Amino acid sequence: MDKLIISPAPHIHGGDSIEKNMRGVIIAMMPALLVGFYFFGMGALIVTLVSVGSCVLFEYLIQRFLLKIKPTITDGSAIVTGVLLAMNLPSNIPVWMVMLGALFAIGVAKMSFGGLGNNPFNPALAGRVFLLISFPVAMTSWPEPAPLTTAYLDAQTGATALSSLKGGEVDIPRIMNLLIGKMGGSLGEVSAIAILLGLLYLLAKKIISWHIPVSILVTVALFTSILHLSNPEEFASPLLHLLGGGLLLGAVFMATDYATSPMNPRGMVVFGVGIGIITVVIREFGAYPEGVSFAILIMNAFTPLINNYIKPKRFG
Amino acid sequence: MKTFRIGGIHPKENKFSAGQRIKTVALPDRVVIPLAHYSGMPSRAVVKKGDFVKVGQLIGQADGYVSANVHSSVSGRVSKVDVQLDASGYKRPAVFIDVEGDEWLESIDLTTDIKRECHFTKEEILTKIQSAGIVGLGGATFPAHVKLAPPPGKKAEVLIINGVECEPFLTCDHQLMLEKGEEIMVGITILMKVLAVEKAVIGIENNKQDAVEYLRKIAKSYPGIRVVPLKVRYPQGGEKQLIDAILRRQVPSGKIPIEVGTVVMNVATTFAVYEAVQKGKPLMERVMTISGKEVQNPGNYLVRLGVYLSEVVNQAGGVPERTGKIIGGGPMMGRSLMNLDVPMAKGSAGIVFVPDRDSVRGQDRNCIRCAKCVTVCPMGLEPFLLMNQSEREMWDEMEQNRIMDCIECGSCSYTCPSNRPLLDYIRYGKTTVGFRIRSRKAAKV
Amino acid sequence: MNTILAAILILGGIGILLAVLIYFVSEKFKVIEDPRYDQVEATLPAANCGGCGFPGCRGFAVACVESDSLDHLNCTVGGIETMEKVASILGKTAVAHTPTVAVVRCGGDCEHRPRMNEYDGVKHCFIAHNLYSGETGCSWGCLGFGDCELSCDFDAIKVNPITKIPEVDEEKCTSCGACVRACPKMLIEIRKKGPKSRRIYVNCRNKDKGNISRKSCNVSCIACNKCFKVCPHEAISIGDNLAFIHDDKCKLCRKCVEVCPTNAIVELNFPPRRKPVEAEGETLVTNK
Repeated sequence: MDKLIISPAPHIHGGDSIEKNMRGVIIAMMPALLVGFYFFGMGALIVTLVSVGSCVLFEYLIQRFLLKIKPTITDGSAIVTGVLLAMNLPSNIPVWMVMLGALFAIGVAKMSFGGLGNNPFNPALAGRVFLLISFPVAMTSWPEPAPLTTAYLDAQTGATALSSLKGGEVDIPRIMNLLIGKMGGSLGEVSAIAILLGLLYLLAKKIISWHIPVSILVTVALFTSILHLSNPEEFASPLLHLLGGGLLLGAVFMATDYATSPMNPRGMVVFGVGIGIITVVIREFGAYPEGVSFAILIMNAFTPLINNYIKPKRFG
Repeated sequence: MKTFRIGGIHPKENKFSAGQRIKTVALPDRVVIPLAHYSGMPSRAVVKKGDFVKVGQLIGQADGYVSANVHSSVSGRVSKVDVQLDASGYKRPAVFIDVEGDEWLESIDLTTDIKRECHFTKEEILTKIQSAGIVGLGGATFPAHVKLAPPPGKKAEVLIINGVECEPFLTCDHQLMLEKGEEIMVGITILMKVLAVEKAVIGIENNKQDAVEYLRKIAKSYPGIRVVPLKVRYPQGGEKQLIDAILRRQVPSGKIPIEVGTVVMNVATTFAVYEAVQKGKPLMERVMTISGKEVQNPGNYLVRLGVYLSEVVNQAGGVPERTGKIIGGGPMMGRSLMNLDVPMAKGSAGIVFVPDRDSVRGQDRNCIRCAKCVTVCPMGLEPFLLMNQSEREMWDEMEQNRIMDCIECGSCSYTCPSNRPLLDYIRYGKTTVGFRIRSRKAAKV
Repeated sequence: MNTILAAILILGGIGILLAVLIYFVSEKFKVIEDPRYDQVEATLPAANCGGCGFPGCRGFAVACVESDSLDHLNCTVGGIETMEKVASILGKTAVAHTPTVAVVRCGGDCEHRPRMNEYDGVKHCFIAHNLYSGETGCSWGCLGFGDCELSCDFDAIKVNPITKIPEVDEEKCTSCGACVRACPKMLIEIRKKGPKSRRIYVNCRNKDKGNISRKSCNVSCIACNKCFKVCPHEAISIGDNLAFIHDDKCKLCRKCVEVCPTNAIVELNFPPRRKPVEAEGETLVTNK
């Protein structure tokens, strides 16, 4: 180089990049995804591949031909959205629905707001909720877990842990099933242990901080404990709430999405507590058996407000 | 192990020159002694063309409250008083001297034995420090005598000595502590006497274990002095961070350390105080580090003020091939130099050569709102927000978001996964907001 | 049927109630303003540039109405026509102000002022200016990142991608002064537009001594005093190693242009000379 470069300090960079973070998130999602492949077999694989493929494709097409900018599919964010969307879907959902969900997630929830970083709502969740409202039957008929099955659209369906929640017995085998993931549900939400493994990886790699997942889980545990103790007949045990349904998946992978969560620890705690409360309210008093997606989307809408009013702890 | 409580990063230390003994750089034919300082007013030249000056003779008289005397570092004839491009990137006044011999002022004690007793009164010491032109050698070059004279009503309880050296690459303070430990200790006792404090704490990051052990050993014979090892964490060398790490007290926004009863001095400044008070030697030379990933023999050099950096580098093995950027100071807060034909100044702690593959910044992309800048900011600010507001010139909002607290440590830009130039914009905002605050105050008066 | 009727009645009732409430509130808190403010504001160009020295066109309209005469008030965008309209509304007399235009006083393009370093920060003049003196050896010259271009509301100043020096479009420039305030190097000056847009000015702001400034830039003013001596109208003053041509005294005789050894004095929009002076090397950099 013939000319010396002048630039403002700092002159070194930590080497962190969007790609690294996205790769970390994908690695962290792998255990839960693999458990999904195991229990739901072929269907899970098809749904995941279609979801990831169409998310990447739609992002490329929109950026290349609609926005006429350099596509940023290499940063990995579309892959993350695709995997997350797949993990939120039942494994027996038709391919065209998955593609429609991906189109909504990428086209409406992400690109129309200006792409990565500018989206107010988590794209994968927006896609899932879009599908849930449009096709409630397809979205809530969960296949029964059948290890390494080749069944796809014809898979036998059953109820999720949460929808058969009320009045159920809480015994050790049932809890064990919830932990390893032997239950009906979306293909990525079933195994608590796999998701917690992912959480540990994310925390160890410092991709996310503990504030959001922990505050969500603690809030749900406290709130449901109070309800359960006041009336065990009517309200389910906190263990079922924590392990059944999409709470863990939502708390670890969805609520911690960078762009849609608050930007400082205090705000993150408020965000998490809000999600916890709304989730339990929807689950126990609302019409849907599952409330995590709605809770996260509602709190996503509050994120700018939280950022504005809750400031980090200042020095001095 | 102690460290400060908010934010911080841990860049790769790269202390290649650690353990290299301090070498003295030979005298060049000509020196250019800058009269301007990093902060405050330039000094006023008191010599003119043709004057003969000796080593240690006053050539620049302090001009204003935040200004310091400048002394000749060589003996010789003044060839001119003119402007010279210096490390700030601007042409500023300087005294050009052609070297003739090496003739020192008679009042300077050139013996190397350590003089432990100090019989001067507080006022005498302060005058000596002021006339010796001692400034903070950590980088901000704030005049030491101003720091040592707390405003009326404020009283220091503890003296903190900054031996942290948290910048990557730099090792000059580390080596100084190893080689001049006794002198630093005497310097600390002098400073304690000036401030009338009983306690002094030396903060050293524990990647300098040998310095911690050595100073601990000799500190036994100096009552009141304690050595505290600190966890390696940038920007621990920042005054406010260091106080938080050692005393667990946080300096309030917009205030100076004396507010929490302490004064912070760099080890190199302390050594300069020792030399000025005990040996009568003004500040006219300092230790600097020459380092970099591809530098042949990185080391620590004792350099007189005004020597062209190119001379120093030549004696240290020359500029490595494929150098893309030369940094004056450390890589986190230093300034990139336009060329090496700039003179050594009081604040020059080092030269770091960056290979060209590392010297260009990555392409900046969208903010993904990952909040990592908020997490690492040692002042608890929101860099992403300040940058956005600076881009949109929302000065009042920036002021409310405490932009003036920013210490410009660069942790935010360092950590940003999108390579966003956070600090560039924040500095822009800080300059503008600072100007607005000053003009508002001036309007009130 | 009853339901519909009830709905209409209730909603309609609420509507009427609120309408009455709004009417009384607006009457109660009515702000009485001089109607001429609005009239004057309507005649102004609504550029809100601040070139008149007031916060936007509204501020200028208020000032016009309130002040005793229009002598010191001038809308730089609308010029004398606008001011005459304003004057007719207010019954005052408009004073013609000499048309002015912004000039960029730096001729250091890439050819005359070689780049010595490469800047790798935010491409923003102010940020670069805070950091160091510039990519070239000249600490006073244009940085070329276009803060002036950003500040201009009229699209009148543009950085030429080849010379990296901003150029002013005389037709569009309203001499509002936004670029003058934006330039951290203080290179831009509002000058008299001159008859037929003819102007002469020193195209340099380098306050270094002659030898130093010459080293960094071929077309810098070296304060050699030649123009000062040759000027028959005493329009040129020398200070800080720099010549300055006072536009109120300059009679556009072009003598200074001829004697300038570094071609730092620029003439604009003049017809070609009958006897062309021996131009040393390159031709002048002009703004057109």
